Amino acid sequence: MSSSTDWPLWEVFVRSRRGLSHTHAGSLHAPDAEMALRNARDLYTRRSEGVSIWVVPSTEITASSPDEKDSFFEPAGDKPYRHPTFYEIPEGVKHL
Amino acid sequence: MAAVTADQTTQGQARGTAQATAGGPDGPAGADVAQQAAFDAAVAADERIEPRDWMPDAYRASLVRQMAQHAHSEIIGMQPEANWISRAPSLRRKAILMAKVQDEAGHGLYLYSAAETLGTSREEMLDKLHAGRQRYSSIFNYPTLTWADVGAIGWLVDGAAITNQVPLCRCSYGPYARAMVRICKEESFHQRQGYELLLTLGRGTPGQRAMAQDAVNRWWWPSLMMFGPPDDASAHSAQSMTWKIKRHSNDELRQRFVDICVPQAEALGLTLPDPDLRWNEERGHHDFGAIDWTEFQEVLKGNGPCNEQRLTQRRRAHEEGAWVRDAAASYALKHPAPTRHAHAPAHITEAPHTEMHQAEMHTPPNAEATA
Amino acid sequence: MTAALALGDDALVLSHRLGEWAGHAPVLEEEVALANIALDLLGQARVLLSLAGDEDELAFLREERAFRNVQLVEQPNGDFAHTIARQLYFSVYQRGLYEQLAAGGGDFAGLAAKAVKEVAYHQDHATHWTLRLGDGTEESHQRMQRGVDALWRFTGELFQPVEGVEIDWPSLHTDWLATVTGVLQQATLTVPTGPGSGAWTAGAGRQGIHTEPFGRMLAEMQHLHRSHPGASW
Repeated sequence: MSSSTDWPLWEVFVRSRRGLSHTHAGSLHAPDAEMALRNARDLYTRRSEGVSIWVVPSTEITASSPDEKDSFFEPAGDKPYRHPTFYEIPEGVKHL
Repeated sequence: MAAVTADQTTQGQARGTAQATAGGPDGPAGADVAQQAAFDAAVAADERIEPRDWMPDAYRASLVRQMAQHAHSEIIGMQPEANWISRAPSLRRKAILMAKVQDEAGHGLYLYSAAETLGTSREEMLDKLHAGRQRYSSIFNYPTLTWADVGAIGWLVDGAAITNQVPLCRCSYGPYARAMVRICKEESFHQRQGYELLLTLGRGTPGQRAMAQDAVNRWWWPSLMMFGPPDDASAHSAQSMTWKIKRHSNDELRQRFVDICVPQAEALGLTLPDPDLRWNEERGHHDFGAIDWTEFQEVLKGNGPCNEQRLTQRRRAHEEGAWVRDAAASYALKHPAPTRHAHAPAHITEAPHTEMHQAEMHTPPNAEATA
Repeated sequence: MTAALALGDDALVLSHRLGEWAGHAPVLEEEVALANIALDLLGQARVLLSLAGDEDELAFLREERAFRNVQLVEQPNGDFAHTIARQLYFSVYQRGLYEQLAAGGGDFAGLAAKAVKEVAYHQDHATHWTLRLGDGTEESHQRMQRGVDALWRFTGELFQPVEGVEIDWPSLHTDWLATVTGVLQQATLTVPTGPGSGAWTAGAGRQGIHTEPFGRMLAEMQHLHRSHPGASW
């Protein structure tokens, strides 16, 4: 017989070293935030992979939908003037 | 673009389960055709499929089956090696073995985590394992009789597993591929420690050498069976290769493994228990003897030396742990967040919203699949 | 090097006991947590025993009566609550002890300074679980109380002076009691009031007097090593 009270799922984000953002490492189960942090430490930083951890209940994350991929992300694709390579600079001009 | 608009209106859910539209039994219709095409194109272009992407039901089912089996194998696979932690003959070996068995628990967790992105809970997978409805690798139904078995498992079983797993790092399903990258990186020490263990025994006393040879004799054939049935008899192989869940056939990987092991065995001063094993100049590979697939099928059916024992221990650990899991869940209900947050003020103030959003976008988490 | 043996044996024996959980933990996350603690302790044991001699000779070739660990750490795992009670009692003790050692600047200061960080985490782990089991369900409360009560009589020995280290034992004891009492009370558990040690004048673990399960533990731990005299592994 299995437990009637399954622990919720948490998403784990690890900062691998100072100066870098936290990135998603995976998920785990824990009864609460405190234990989730500890389980994350034990599971995802066994080989010194982290200096800081966030845990977030999986149900608390709102994600963009792949169905909205085009309307969300395609419009940014035709605005090359946002990128420095769009501009022509005479040869020899420095510090630009 | 019209097709995409159609997708957006008809696919109300994230799952990509069959729509109640006019699709015949032969295949999807309308929007599903476009989705199927997009999926096929992504796989063909070696792009990764991510949790909320549309995917064929059979692809999802196949992934869940394989990932669950893989996760279960890690968890059950702890047992034969844990069997020797208390008897490890030096403190160095004791530390190595404990760390390795711990890694296996960790790898099981990574894989369950990846499988959960498909909307199957770990609890569900464990229940199926405990009920005998999902499998784990048959290799773990063999017993570890001597200390040398720990070495043989590291060298041969982990070696075979690595041969199987490295291509999975490029598996078409993103979360599985990412879990495998992590696992392969961590497992690189597993095989080496086993090899080194056998090497030490091989250079040791006559008793130690005999122990090493005996272990290799017993683990060699079961290791070859780990690659699964021959290609012409493998139930899932062909489809999995089309989907790029698998990238090499069973026989291809098995051959690769044999070719790798032969010189390694020589360096150990140990023989592989196969009189037909020899180099074939023409093929550029080693020929090897026939595998006893009857044994394989029997072990698979549950008639291996340890099937019952492994599953019983797993079930017992789970059942005996129920009161612990219940207690922690009950405590969490009684003690809402604030008191617990007080322990880690830095953690909370540190998390700015903007950065969190970036993290989500970069790596769609499991929440998607359960949404 | 009485102190190196005493502290090294504590760590070695507790590590061994925790290692017995492998494959049996109540939840997979806890497999990883318990193994982390066991590995920390084994690392400490190896450093300490190496100060006293050859780590493997000391671990695998000494008789039971030559081990200097406290009886608390050799107690069998029991259920998870029993293990957590043992962890709580020992980690609070070890943390206090190592903090003093680290501050003292003696032979053990360096290793204690490193170990105290590990031990702080062990204490944190034990504390969090004591709270959850003590204040969880009716069943977990009863089990936790049983564990806390059953192991209480092994706690007095922790504060017997160990030769070779400069420790303020009375204050170590006072601090230990305050911390343990605080955790148990917060966990809605009753703090045991019985004696912290048995009545036998022969002594206890620090004098090489152990409990019966320890002999069997050593038999298992040492048998392979002893079966191949002189072999390398």
